[in-house]
Amino acid sequence: MSSQVTLKIDSISVSVKQGTSLLDAARSINIKIPTLCHHEDLCVAGNCRVCMVEQKGSDRLLPACAIPASDGMEIHTNSMKVRNARKQILELLVSEHRAECTTCYKSGNCELQELSHEYILGENAFINLIPFKEYTIDYYSPSIIKDDSKCIRCQRCVRTCDQLQNIGALTVSKKGSEMKISTFFEKPIYQVVCTNCGQCVNRCPTGALTEKNYVEEVWSAINDEKKYVVVQTAPAVRIALGEALGIDPGEIVTGKMVTALRRLGFNSVLDTDFTADLTIIEEGHELLQRLKKVLKDKDKNVRLPMTTSCSPGWIKFIEHIFPDFLPNLSSAKSPQQMFGALAKTFFANKIGVDPASMVSVSVMPCTAKKFEANRPEMYSSGYQDVDYVLTTRELALMIKQAGIDFKSLADDNYDSIMGESSGAAVIFGATGGVMEAALRTVYEVVTGREVPFEGLNITPVRGMEGVREATLKIDKALPEWDFLEGVEVKTCVAHGLANAKRVMESVRDGSSNYHFIEIMACPGGCLGGGGQPIPTSPEIRNARSSAIYREDTLKTIRKSHENPEVVKVYKEFLGEPLGHESHRLLHTHYTPRERY
Amino acid sequence: MTKNLKRLDLIFKNEGDSEAILGKTLARSNEELISDLIASGLKGRGGAGFPTGLKWRLAADDKADEKFIICNADEGEPGTFKDREILTSVPHKVLAGMAVCARIINCRQGFIYLRQEYTYLVPHLNNAIEEFHQLMKKFEVDFQVEIFMGSGAYICGEETALFESMEGKRGEPRNKPPYPTNFGYKGKPTVINNVETLAHTYSIFKYGPEKFRDLGVKDSRGSKVFSVSGDTPIPGIYELEFGMTLQKFVDDFGDGDAKAVQVGGAAGFCVPRKRFEKTIIGYQGKLTGVSLPTGGSMMIFNSSRSMYNVLHNYLDFFVEESCGQCTPCRVGTQQLLMGIQAVKRGERPSTYLDKLLGLAEVMRVTAKCGLGQSVANSFSSIVENFKEEMIY
Repeated sequence: MSSQVTLKIDSISVSVKQGTSLLDAARSINIKIPTLCHHEDLCVAGNCRVCMVEQKGSDRLLPACAIPASDGMEIHTNSMKVRNARKQILELLVSEHRAECTTCYKSGNCELQELSHEYILGENAFINLIPFKEYTIDYYSPSIIKDDSKCIRCQRCVRTCDQLQNIGALTVSKKGSEMKISTFFEKPIYQVVCTNCGQCVNRCPTGALTEKNYVEEVWSAINDEKKYVVVQTAPAVRIALGEALGIDPGEIVTGKMVTALRRLGFNSVLDTDFTADLTIIEEGHELLQRLKKVLKDKDKNVRLPMTTSCSPGWIKFIEHIFPDFLPNLSSAKSPQQMFGALAKTFFANKIGVDPASMVSVSVMPCTAKKFEANRPEMYSSGYQDVDYVLTTRELALMIKQAGIDFKSLADDNYDSIMGESSGAAVIFGATGGVMEAALRTVYEVVTGREVPFEGLNITPVRGMEGVREATLKIDKALPEWDFLEGVEVKTCVAHGLANAKRVMESVRDGSSNYHFIEIMACPGGCLGGGGQPIPTSPEIRNARSSAIYREDTLKTIRKSHENPEVVKVYKEFLGEPLGHESHRLLHTHYTPRERY
Repeated sequence: MTKNLKRLDLIFKNEGDSEAILGKTLARSNEELISDLIASGLKGRGGAGFPTGLKWRLAADDKADEKFIICNADEGEPGTFKDREILTSVPHKVLAGMAVCARIINCRQGFIYLRQEYTYLVPHLNNAIEEFHQLMKKFEVDFQVEIFMGSGAYICGEETALFESMEGKRGEPRNKPPYPTNFGYKGKPTVINNVETLAHTYSIFKYGPEKFRDLGVKDSRGSKVFSVSGDTPIPGIYELEFGMTLQKFVDDFGDGDAKAVQVGGAAGFCVPRKRFEKTIIGYQGKLTGVSLPTGGSMMIFNSSRSMYNVLHNYLDFFVEESCGQCTPCRVGTQQLLMGIQAVKRGERPSTYLDKLLGLAEVMRVTAKCGLGQSVANSFSSIVENFKEEMIY
């Protein structure tokens, strides 16, 4: 076939599709060519020059990531010339990198460190450039720390911010020896249009971009006998935590994680999934209320489509980029913040703990959650509702510090009162999951019957396509909802902010007419969050996604409104969905922000 | 085979017959014109020395609906100042070359990418372009030329960085392939030629390929405009035939005490006195008469000059003008500079120069674009020939 090309790599003959890079051609026959600027989620850059290979008959070496394989090529990936070049390029990178590997937060999960270990034997012959330069460390953001002295200018972060998220918070400035990754007018990250999504952190090959970690603060709280420390864990943490602790992607480690959290010393180990179910009840009823006001009461003040509000990266994005669409956002808080508000009120009261002495910790797949917890709106309990947000990675670090052999742990269950959850809550962790969970409940509220999908699996909203649309026709509505009879509820699911932007632009220009939109800031949804174990790739995210849907089917309760603890919290404390207490504790408002 | 130093006046001669020449040329078939260009042996005068006729043919063969011709007037190579003279004296020849190229490759829009420091040329060039547009109307050719101002970065003379710059992005070289003749400005097939190259095409169309081919030697055909500077009593711009030895050049232009000539600017090679006799100025072998991005720079150094300072100066330039995107160029240039400083100060042994020569070689084979690749030219030729001056 003409669309195939045949070449030799290290004397092994290989046939690949035309257009395949030399890098991928080599990978197809299990030859690993080292890379740094290359990332599967991003366009080719060809900047780092670590992947250089030799082509027979060619004087110059070729960057394997950027050169397509062609017929008759004879490529050598391990010749003396290649080895020499690779080693020197790594030496150059290390010479401009503040190599403090023994104290670096990223140590052990650093691609530069790994390659240096493989290629640089002994002392770097080149001059250490670090003492001759001035570097900034930006640690003012509650979510992200940017340390330019560890940056190797691969521009993965720049491409991530631009291509995946369409934000452009990070960009290249200056040239030559002064070239660096910077922000608008070199302002600190917290002052520019950054959503704190942390996708850059997930793709940084070194310690230049990391999450701001609160590990020591949490240890202090745990060790303070006067404090009662509750912890909640987000849906997407349980299907990825294992990766940071030596377990393959796609394994569910919920039970081990709960055991580990108890061993770490948390007083109550609770589940964000509980408030994910609660979110569905509140958000679902809000959707129904909006539909009623728009379709039946013809209320011009109420906006459709309603968009989800659980992704704090998305919230900050819409506040900056589409502030005129803030009324379209569901006023429901994210599960993390609903949890925080209930922990220091309902839960504290139940267990007889003074909320003033309670420390509320959350474990999230997310760096933007750190920002969210610090928002001034998030003090509904009278205290900061969530005190510390840890990423999945930080939890893994704490488990390692505590000397816990994670793999050998026995499974355990969450504490009760705020520990029970449905399958609908679990799938919050995947793109389309909130939509599916909401539809399972909303359809049943309106018709009294389950959604018409086999095994409750609403497959049209699942998958990894950037933007997905699905329509659900309401059939035989209950009398109270007769205005919805025959209505085709149009839904849209988008993940990654570049896709979110596309969807919102279609809403703005009127080319779409959705009722309900789910948006997650990160590729794949929370399972691909900025706080998840590194590395990330489409393959890894697919494995996490399968795990999430597997966890859903393993649950005996699959619908949020059937979660007995949710039913109980309404009966004992909140009253009814969208009621007075709900509004006080579970709903919020948003702040328009500048575009610059 | 060497040639005697022969001064020519093909490029700058203005016989006031350009309308007739252009009319006559445009009346000929595309295939004839390309054959003439290929037969003439003209190679790009911007540095890489790519055969001009072949470049035009490659762009002509691409069937895209939109194409561009760009005149690269980002003359940034230290010691080069001939393009501005060509644009001052004979802009109509450059524009005529662009028009013929446009007809051959089927494009309607051309640009002159003008070095920011040449802003003073804009009114003059716009007058020439205005006249040219009238001529195009007269010949019923749908072709327009605009000036695009550079912003002062050396790297933007590199063709793909130049496209990026024109597209409003950072001036950073792209990965090649794809090449400009298929994927250039705005991703469309683009011919990008140096000012002097375009002016030469005019001469070839006027006098025929034989006359051009008769000049020069082997693979280096025709004449070349040189910018002569340094320790010379007669600095300036000279059109010379290819193929002379450096000795003949120095005899004519030197001050009698030349110890080295830097051929091709900071990105070019340094030739020491002992090699003057054996070095032919042309494209053959290692030594080129031109270099990236705009060639023809001849800097003469006499015995009062410190070659360490010369090299230091070039490296300062590269450290600043590297775009910074690829590792070998961004970090390599800094290491070369700090390395020779360290050796000079005695902080590193003289053997460290060998490590640096090795680094320069790695830069040559791994850097993303011509800038990083050619740092080794001046570095290695100066360090190898003037090692004592580096150490003591």
